[in-house]
Parts: sequence; C-alpha cells; structure tokens
Amino acid sequence: MAEADEDLKSRRTVFVTVGTTCFDSLVRAVDTQEVKEELFKKGYTHLLIQMGRGSYIPAKSTGENGSLEVDCFTFSSSIADYLRSASLVISHAGSGSIFETLRLQKPLIVVVNEDLMDNHQSELAEELAERKHLFCARPQTLYQTVADMDLGSLIPYQPGDAAPVAKLLNSFLGFPDD
Amino acid sequence: MENSNNHYCLSITPSSLELLSIIGFITLILIRVLYIIHRSSQPRSASSQQKPLSTLIVLGSGGHTAEMINLLNVLQKNSFTPRYYIAAATDNMSLQKAQVLENSWLNEGGVEEVGSAKFMQIYRSREVGQSYITSVGTTLIALAHALWLMIKIRPHVILCNGPGTCIPLCAIAFIFKILGIRWSYIFYVESIARVRRLSLSALLLYKLRMADQLFVQWPQLKSKYHRAHYVGRLM
Repeated sequence: MAEADEDLKSRRTVFVTVGTTCFDSLVRAVDTQEVKEELFKKGYTHLLIQMGRGSYIPAKSTGENGSLEVDCFTFSSSIADYLRSASLVISHAGSGSIFETLRLQKPLIVVVNEDLMDNHQSELAEELAERKHLFCARPQTLYQTVADMDLGSLIPYQPGDAAPVAKLLNSFLGFPDD
Repeated sequence: MENSNNHYCLSITPSSLELLSIIGFITLILIRVLYIIHRSSQPRSASSQQKPLSTLIVLGSGGHTAEMINLLNVLQKNSFTPRYYIAAATDNMSLQKAQVLENSWLNEGGVEEVGSAKFMQIYRSREVGQSYITSVGTTLIALAHALWLMIKIRPHVILCNGPGTCIPLCAIAFIFKILGIRWSYIFYVESIARVRRLSLSALLLYKLRMADQLFVQWPQLKSKYHRAHYVGRLM
C-alpha cells in the first residue's frame, strides 16, 4: 500500500491533448526520441497522449530501461481529470483547452498548428506567452521549448470575470443591478 | 411634317414617375436606416417598465458555447426570459450543454426566479470546406430558415459571440428594426481567442453598425476598433 502511494507521489505525468482536432505533427513531435528523453531528464515519468482525430498512433511503452511510460487514447468526454493529475500539459491552441489548463494552474506548453488556415489561434497563445502564463511553440520548436523551459518563470493566470459585461448590459437595458 | 405643339413640353411620362418614386423610396429607406443606426447606440430608456426581455442566444461549436455559458451564469435570469437557444443543425453538443445549464438553474430556483428556455436548430449557411458555389444555395436556405425562426421568436435581446450562424439572425433582426417589426437589442461579445483581429462575424456587425454593443476582451482590439467596448477577459 505504501509502495503504491509512493508510486503516485513520484509519478509525474505529461499530458498531451489535441482536443477534437487532428494534429498529427504535434503527436509526432512529442513522440520523437529527443523530446521523450528530454522530458525524462526533467523528471517526468509518464507521457499520456490524447490524439483526437489524428491518424498517427504513437507506440505505447512500459517505460523500462529508464524511459518514459507512454500511453495514448483518442477521445474522452472530459479531460478535466487528466489535466488535474498532470504535472505538465502540452496542448493544441484551442482556447477551451488553454483556459481549462490555466484555471487548474498547471504548467502549459501550447503548440500552434500551422496547417490550420487563418490561424487566429496563434494570437491567443502568443499573447498569453508574452504575459508569461504559458510557453508557446510550434511542432518543430517543441524540443527546444521543452529543453529551455523554466517553469518557475511562469506567472499564474488570474481567472477573468464576466460580471462587467452583465453590468453593462443591465445599465444599457435599464435593468437594476443586483 | 409640322408639329402642332412647337414648344417643347416637359411631359411627365409614366416611367419618369416610377423612377422618381423609386428614388424617393430608397431615400426614405436610407434615412430610416441612418436613424436606426443612430438609435442603436442609445440605451433603452430608463422609464420603460422593467419587464423581462425575451432573449435569443446563439450558440456555436466548442469555445463559443463555453464562453456563452460563462456569460449567462452572471446574468439575472429573470430579466432575460424566455430564453431561446439556437445552434447550427450540425452542432450536436451545444444545445445539450445549454440544456444541462438550464436544468442546473432550475434545480437552484424555480421557474419564477429562473425563467424558461427553448432550444432550436438552424441550418448552417456554409460548412467548413464547402465549395463557394454550393454555399450560395445553402446560405439562401439558411436565410429563409433564419427568417422563419425570427418571425416566430421576435426576441427583444440577441446575445451572440462569434459563430457564423449569428449573421443571418442579426441581419434579419436589423431588417426588423428598419421595418418597425421588432426592436432587438443586439449584443456581441467577441471571443477571448480574438486578440489582435476581429472575427468575420464581429467585423461585419462592427462595420455595418448592426450591433447595439460590441464587446472585446483584449486592449489591442479596443485601440483598433474605437466603437467597441473593452471588458477585459471573461474567462
């Protein structure tokens, strides 16, 4: 029993998510030897990849011979639990994934999918990276980002508030404020 | 051959009359449109009764619905009721999420406090990747469907935050304003994912001045679009 607890305590999972999209280049980049070795060097023990609609399936691994334990799945109705138990999240640039992760105050690397047309998603990732709430990368720069990242430099994201909009709507429509 | 009428008469032929009528009619419409646009920036007069306002809520895939739910949670439910949720016919999740939300409100407070809700689907003008030629036909169908829904609902307030499905609905609401059929307050909240550029929906509503109020979540957009209201991050 004690051993299992210790296992849980020493377990540091990197959770990769692509949401409902197809983002093979991210999955491939994470599945490279160099990225996996770098993550292992940094003290992570498990790599869990949510692949979405992608066609590239990473090889699972039990993590013997001093390497990451790798597992993957396609979809889940809610990734909240996976996010909660992760020590590092690598995500596509969807705003839902991003804010769900930031709300849980997890270290986050956002990878922008350059194959998408009209990539407005990169604006959000870049802005939040500028504000030091997360790291922003492309599939080709993922290894460098992982190697260089200093989690201590991240600033926690303070959740926003929709109340100002409600106030504005109420005053515009002549409703009393609560 | 000699003409009995040597002088040149300015005769008002029927076609000139029609032309004048058309010009006059168009001018009246333009004046009406300008008046509507001017009135759109004016708040609702405070002396009106504080009755609840029927509200149309346009849902869109993924982040749009999540952001809309986030906003709805802070609104006074009994001011914005009855609520009509509309999502694209091909969007399976959004109406479900809205139903879950409404049910959770009903569990906390009765219908009196929380108001009522209806859920409907609308045909999409264009699917992602659809050819532009067939898009003309599907857009016309979507417009007709939007018109049908708007005639049925005639909301007092429209809340939307991005999906293209809101454009036909807002356009028809604007036409209803011009024709005096119903005054719908159109509120558009640009997505948190839009930092430096407005979405196409927002751009249309902004340029054509069809929204009563357009909200943006990042300061860069406020500096670019002065008539937008900066409200900070909602999420």
